Amino acid sequence: MQGLDFTVVAPYWDLLLIGAWWTAVLTVSAGALSFVGGILFAVIVLYAPKIVAYPVRALMWVFMGTPLLLQLFLIYFGLVQIGIDIPALAAGIVGLGLHFAVYNADIIRAGIVAVDVGQTEGARSIGFGKWQTLRHVVIPQAIRNTAPPIGGNLIALLKESSIVSVIGIAELVHSAQLAISETFRPFEFYITAAALYYILNLVLEAALRRFERHVEVSR
Amino acid sequence: MDFSLMQRVFPFFVEAALVTIEITVLALILGLAAASLAAAAKMSKSAILRTIGTVYVSLFRGTPCLIQLFVLYFGGPQIGINLEPFAAGVIGLGLNIGAYMAESIRGALVAVDRGQTEAARTIGFSRFQTLRKVVLPQAARLMIRPLGVNTVALLKGSALVSTISVVELTYTAQRFIGSTYKPFEIFGVAALLYMIMVYAVARVVDLLDKRFAIV
Repeated sequence: MQGLDFTVVAPYWDLLLIGAWWTAVLTVSAGALSFVGGILFAVIVLYAPKIVAYPVRALMWVFMGTPLLLQLFLIYFGLVQIGIDIPALAAGIVGLGLHFAVYNADIIRAGIVAVDVGQTEGARSIGFGKWQTLRHVVIPQAIRNTAPPIGGNLIALLKESSIVSVIGIAELVHSAQLAISETFRPFEFYITAAALYYILNLVLEAALRRFERHVEVSR
Repeated sequence: MDFSLMQRVFPFFVEAALVTIEITVLALILGLAAASLAAAAKMSKSAILRTIGTVYVSLFRGTPCLIQLFVLYFGGPQIGINLEPFAAGVIGLGLNIGAYMAESIRGALVAVDRGQTEAARTIGFSRFQTLRKVVLPQAARLMIRPLGVNTVALLKGSALVSTISVVELTYTAQRFIGSTYKPFEIFGVAALLYMIMVYAVARVVDLLDKRFAIV
């Protein structure tokens, strides 16, 4: 037994903060991708011709049925096999973004279906086109009604982003691993990393609550 | 696509998938136990128990499962906990999913109409009898779907234990990629096996949900 000494963390504090910063960057960029992708997939599944909708549904089915870790490996190593060499960071953002886009799509699809049909009829009868109705009437309401579960997915994304450390992206876990390789103090550094994740999580939750209240008021 | 390679590696992957199932089942048992205790603690009258339950759920839900596994497996020896990868994987996954399942269980218990409890107490049931004979049977039905969702998440999350060198499905896939450099074929086989397991669990949850539906 080695005993614990959290003072070893101090010299590596900057490294850990940089890692936390990149975790935040990953979460925001993959989160944005998952949101836009989620809307896109939901609209495709509901309205696109079968030849487009079926492949997207198959993709969603595969992504929901397999672990994120495996998807990241496939995107990162698989693309290299077919000659596309994308940087690890891009592979991580695309992997995380697609994974959660699929879950968001499922939620948003249900949200679109749940919007009262009178809204569509009303918009159409005052002269909105099909696309305009979707864009300005149906989707905004669907997003508003599904904001809580989509926010829940973003929180999950923050935590799952730790997995991209396995393809060598320099985020929080990776920073901790670097420090551990020099100090051989896994307990102290992983606990510190966990604490930083916990704080990021609290910040994100508070931001989402504020956003949800804002949406609530403007209803 | 190299189908003969996929055929050759398939038996190894089936064996690895059995390890994935084993880990998932053991972690599920541990998780349900931890979740029941945590849910009971969170709903108890004692402030200390409530705090313990709340802290457990909040810490394990507020940090990544990967970090929890790393603390346990790599950090454990520093505080005198020496675990084999398999045991660390089961305990780490179990405690993690337990925190999520605690909320599923508590949510179902809270969702049972208050009038049910009041009525049972009025006709002379004790607190325990009320829970045992009135609230739990109704809550159990409401738990099936959320606990099923947790179980599917656990099954997919079990891939994480490959990072602490448990030889399960994802670890086996990585090892074969090291020797074959054929990621599409290898990950394709692994993905197929995961999908079979995931959609089998989802189907069972659907059937249970229908079987015990109240309406």
